[in-house]
Amino acid sequence: MSAVVAEQASTPGTPGTTDSTSGTPRLREGAFGNATSLACRECGHEVALGPHYACPECFGPLEIAYDFPAVTREEIEAGPANIWRYKALLPVPTDIETSPNMEPGFTRLLKADNLGRTLGIDNLWVKDDSTNPTNSFKDRVVACALSAAREFGSKVFACPSTGNLANAVAAAGARAGIKTVVFIPSNLEQPKQVNSAVYTDSLVAVNGNYDDVNKLASEIAGEEDGWAFVNVNVRPYYAEGSKTLGYEIAEQLGWRLPDQVVIPVASGSQLTKVHKAFQELIKLGLVEEKPYKVYGAQATGCSPVSVAYKDGVDAIRPVKPDTIAKSLAIGNPADGIYVLDICRETGGAIEDISDDEVREAIVLLARTEGIFTETAGGTTVGVLKKLVETGQLDTSLETVVINTGHGLKTLDAVSGSVGPVATIDPSYAAFVATGLA
Amino acid sequence: MSVSVRIPTILRTYTGGESEVTASGATLADVIDDLESNHAGIKARVLDDNGRLRRFVNVYVGNEDVRFLDDLATPTPDGTQVSVIPAVAGGC
Ligand SMILES: Cc1ncc(COP(=O)(O)O)c(C=O)c1O
Ligand SMILES: [Zn+2]
Repeated sequence: MSAVVAEQASTPGTPGTTDSTSGTPRLREGAFGNATSLACRECGHEVALGPHYACPECFGPLEIAYDFPAVTREEIEAGPANIWRYKALLPVPTDIETSPNMEPGFTRLLKADNLGRTLGIDNLWVKDDSTNPTNSFKDRVVACALSAAREFGSKVFACPSTGNLANAVAAAGARAGIKTVVFIPSNLEQPKQVNSAVYTDSLVAVNGNYDDVNKLASEIAGEEDGWAFVNVNVRPYYAEGSKTLGYEIAEQLGWRLPDQVVIPVASGSQLTKVHKAFQELIKLGLVEEKPYKVYGAQATGCSPVSVAYKDGVDAIRPVKPDTIAKSLAIGNPADGIYVLDICRETGGAIEDISDDEVREAIVLLARTEGIFTETAGGTTVGVLKKLVETGQLDTSLETVVINTGHGLKTLDAVSGSVGPVATIDPSYAAFVATGLA
Repeated sequence: MSVSVRIPTILRTYTGGESEVTASGATLADVIDDLESNHAGIKARVLDDNGRLRRFVNVYVGNEDVRFLDDLATPTPDGTQVSVIPAVAGGC
């Protein structure tokens, strides 16, 4: 049916075939680059590379472990202007560019002087990931998940999603010639539904919230052979894609780390991976070691991590989301505890804002920097503003705020509050009457 | 009271490969004890050393996460579906 299957047949080692006795997929040499195994983030238990995501000892999340060779700035700079320039640091083969993918990444890092002046921050940047192929940072993670799905010989590429991930999976699957099935909460923003359905005939809307959809996907992943759920059974590979946001910020600043970075939090995966990226760059000697602070942003209507931060506790109490920031609406975020650790350890914080503040921040970013962000970015910029107002953020330090998605996907959030200032007849007199002359 | 329990892949070594088993008990805690008596070892995977649900396992009674109910004391009426599902750490 697909290019994926066709490629397998011609590849020595026949990836994707299963050893009938152990049930472990036989993998192509170098299929995962410098990755060596999967290691439990909680207890350290190691598992061989495969489509596994939960520790068999403690259910903790499995993460990719690597044996990195020496990597130089020059080697990275000589690579393509997309995430594959960092392929040595990702669980992907060295020939990753040869198989069809969406080539996301290397998005612009914009100096945001107008927004900085408005908020009173001396040195502010926006990492604008809304310019990825399907207009969110999800294209990065999906590209890595697609590579893993290929190497496992998966026949279906799937995900539960709050919208952006579904868009990215559907598009990447179409380009790769692999069947996609994507699951979303049925109350999702219409543009996000259309943005998936245009790429796939298998968009499934589920009556429930994201946590319900996520549960369903986990159950399906446990029953259906050959399905690669990007954020379930191939999650360890997928999540590594978010590291490229951190690598790019450092490279685009001239191979140095910012002092502060503000990141939206739903599952919390992206925030933990940007931190991991900074740590790896230090370890590999690609940037100088320095302290930096990581801040997390949530919408008050779904802020279990922010609440735990403010309460000073380590356990996250799940919530039922109620916010316009639907892409951040995960009520039971499994990476939340790591977000707490990172924000506390680095001296950052986690803050949340109301839906009205999200709307205001969308307009603020648009009118100061010409960037139209979706509700997740509105949340992040609004939280940045609140962090300044509450004195939690040092305005003299170099700060990067990450915009993860495009405003055209959540038009409804602001369509009621912006519009024509006047509706006039096509006459000069009518124009003058508006007072705009 | 008999309930049906969905078993995640990583625990099926304890159930002889079965994805669904029956168990009995008036509460989730009783159900887990009953599971242990038929599938030794499973309890230590689901509960931590303090006898609480492990941080990265989600247990549902019907369609509701027991953390929204009474946790291990959640009642499990006859015919209930109990599901044990690893928390999916990351991505949406
Ligand atoms: C635009 C946008 N920003 C941020 C996030 C949150 O990402 P994470 O799951 O890494 O916390 C999402 C998740 O869907 C998203 O769509
Ligand atoms: Zn473990």
